Amino acid sequence: MAELLASPLLWPLAAVWGLLLAATAAVVTTTRRGGELQARTRTWWWILALVSLALLLGEKAAILLVAACSYLAFREFHSIVPIRRADRAVLALAYLAIPVQYWLVWTGWYGLFAVFVPVYAVAVLAAAAVLVGETRGFIRASATLVWALLLTVYNLSHLAFLAVLPLAEPAPAGGLGLLLFVLLLVQFNDVAQFVWGRLLGGPAIVPRVSPGKTWAGFLGGAASTAALATLAAPWLTPFVWAPAAALGLLLAVAGFLGDVLLSAIKRDLGVKDSGSTLPGHGGVLDRLDSLTLAAPLGFHLIRWFYGA
Amino acid sequence: MSRWLRLLQILVFLLLVRPFLAVFLGLRVRHRERLPAAGPAILIANHNSHLDTLVLMALMPLRLLSRCRPVAAADHFRSGPAGWLARNLLRAILVPRYGRTPAAAMAPVVQALDAGEIVILFPEGSRGTPEVLSAFKRGVTELVCARPAVPLVPVWLQGLGRSLPKASLLFLPVDCSAVVGPPAELAGLAPEAVPPALQTAVATLATTLPPSRWAEEPADSSTRALD
Repeated sequence: MAELLASPLLWPLAAVWGLLLAATAAVVTTTRRGGELQARTRTWWWILALVSLALLLGEKAAILLVAACSYLAFREFHSIVPIRRADRAVLALAYLAIPVQYWLVWTGWYGLFAVFVPVYAVAVLAAAAVLVGETRGFIRASATLVWALLLTVYNLSHLAFLAVLPLAEPAPAGGLGLLLFVLLLVQFNDVAQFVWGRLLGGPAIVPRVSPGKTWAGFLGGAASTAALATLAAPWLTPFVWAPAAALGLLLAVAGFLGDVLLSAIKRDLGVKDSGSTLPGHGGVLDRLDSLTLAAPLGFHLIRWFYGA
Repeated sequence: MSRWLRLLQILVFLLLVRPFLAVFLGLRVRHRERLPAAGPAILIANHNSHLDTLVLMALMPLRLLSRCRPVAAADHFRSGPAGWLARNLLRAILVPRYGRTPAAAMAPVVQALDAGEIVILFPEGSRGTPEVLSAFKRGVTELVCARPAVPLVPVWLQGLGRSLPKASLLFLPVDCSAVVGPPAELAGLAPEAVPPALQTAVATLATTLPPSRWAEEPADSSTRALD
């Protein structure tokens, strides 16, 4: 217990709790009782509690939490996509990539971590699909599987690797601080884009994919995220304000793209949400969609400039 | 059911079945409050997988677990370890699928209803093509005509046929859902109208979920294939 309270993440997390408390007060006073936004806010509290607990417990707990998210997101992905009966065996094999990828994170084996899914997992799964021998719909099935693995396992695992990334100069709250930084910015950006979009309205960016995502929301969200990045950087990262703001902007762009990417997939499938695990949000994938592109980008920028 | 077997049943569901379903099937239940709170009652569902019975029983509160009686095909579960488990741990009522009149075959099920138990029945009669609803058989009509006052609750199960379909030993983790419907309104229906009415009731529940279909089948032929 004493160790948990001595964590350098305690105060940053307390600040996030304060932020959510303020947001909750705003939601409760401005929206009707029992509405979707209130359910969504309640779910945010559960998410924040779980994330805080994992971060305070340390790297291993954080890695396991991200691994569990990958598992749930991957399961959700192939559950909403029409699969062929022949794909079941290949999908069962694909699940094994999750423990392997996160074991590579756990051991900090960057060389193999960086290539395992796109090179080796894809090769083994392609071979398995060929051995199963069903050629009708082969391209579509392979593309679906590879995409699901890349987005939900490979890309997301970069968030976990931040926890064990060797740095050239020490970060004030260690690798977990960097993980929290990227996670907080991307999730905050989602909310900020939603709020600015609701407040200002205006034309949508890609109306056929996601009519709710407006230019005003995107720009307001990106500016807010850059501002939050500047404020949070001294607590969690070795960055001075300019690179922190730039990182915030880039994460906002990547977060937006991941979000609309999953929207396009859901629209193609004719579903609104990818699942119903998180009341008010939809499925796990609906919450993680923006991270699928932003996690690797945040990781690579941090590693390029500050990695040892 | 002996006290020890009842305890074993509760432990198996609490410590094995329910955690397994939570971790590997992420089972989501809509309208759990519509499940019968006491027997006698009839629970019907579409049948795609051996997991279906376990899922329906896992949905019930533990205190009602020992009152649940799944109806199972006698030819499948008369012998072997699976048969022993089905007969003793799940308390399955074995019903012959061939060579008896429906009334004679369903007599032990009617007895269970009279004893105030909750009968779980898959009116399709077999697991059939996974994730596709096939025609309902007559057995359910016998029950409805014999005990018209017993509430009949339809349930739609989705995803289990992807997870563990017929003729497969390979289990795949899949997001699964169960939708519980309101008690079926069957008063005044002719016996031959009962199976199609129930089939419609189950299929209507399916439309409240995003469809789950196989890539081999055209978009509109899966869960709504029956009309």
